[in-house]
Amino acid sequence: MEVFENLSWLVYGIMIGLFVPTTLLIGNKQFGISSSLQNICLTVLPKTKSIFKGYDFKLNDWKLYFVIGIVFGGFLASNFPAESSISFLPSEYYSLSGIITLFIGGILVGFGTRYANGCTSGHSITGLSLLKLSSLLATISFFVGGLIYTFIL
Amino acid sequence: MSKIASTILGITFGFILTKSEVISWFRIQKMFRFEEPYMYLIIGTAVVVGAVSIQLLKILNAKSLSKEDLDLSGKVLNKGTIIGGVIFGIGWAITGACPGPIFAQIGSGEYAALSTLAGSLSGAFLYNLIRDKLPH
Repeated sequence: MEVFENLSWLVYGIMIGLFVPTTLLIGNKQFGISSSLQNICLTVLPKTKSIFKGYDFKLNDWKLYFVIGIVFGGFLASNFPAESSISFLPSEYYSLSGIITLFIGGILVGFGTRYANGCTSGHSITGLSLLKLSSLLATISFFVGGLIYTFIL
Repeated sequence: MSKIASTILGITFGFILTKSEVISWFRIQKMFRFEEPYMYLIIGTAVVVGAVSIQLLKILNAKSLSKEDLDLSGKVLNKGTIIGGVIFGIGWAITGACPGPIFAQIGSGEYAALSTLAGSLSGAFLYNLIRDKLPH
């Protein structure tokens, strides 16, 4: 099989997995990203803090800088060593209906990850690495949702 | 964690996400359609590496740089884990992005993902707005 001739997945998988011990050792932080959405909300709309009751913004402050870094990392990866021509989104999404579809999909991503208290990084990578049942059930739910959309909706 | 360390780690993570193409809508589609094992292999490898790392940290009784005991607590399990999880999965299949990749897509020049970001911020806000009315 082609994927076993090209072992790039192994290298990338190892590098992504190493973020779990790295953020723990450097800052005693569990690796996860979706709560950054709430920190961005508060940064944009500081007067809405009362809505996020019980949420510890300070605990996840680092994620704000982490996601800004991700934007730069994405830029570097697609421009160095040479400009990349790979598309990550279908060209159909560059239309009014496509932008609306992405916005609605985005609402589901933001709402769903906060309701589930984690996303692919927090639950599927960190939570599974910690062998937690909640994260196993969350990961299964993510896939059930994806399969429902792909094969039924 | 300092702002500089967080930013450098973020740049590294965004670079890896983009080079590995896990931020690609096409890769996510192939994952949900079981057309290629690529995404499963990457996520699976990451979990194995993460789990082995955690066990090593436990055996070595490692402390953080700030000399604290490591936070190895799990997340709460409630109805939201399942209901929210399914809702997110649908959004993941539509947008081809989970929260981290949204930022990497934007950085890589897929500016339509700005709409995904606006939606996900609205979704996170909406959740907090109606949280008390939802089953947990």
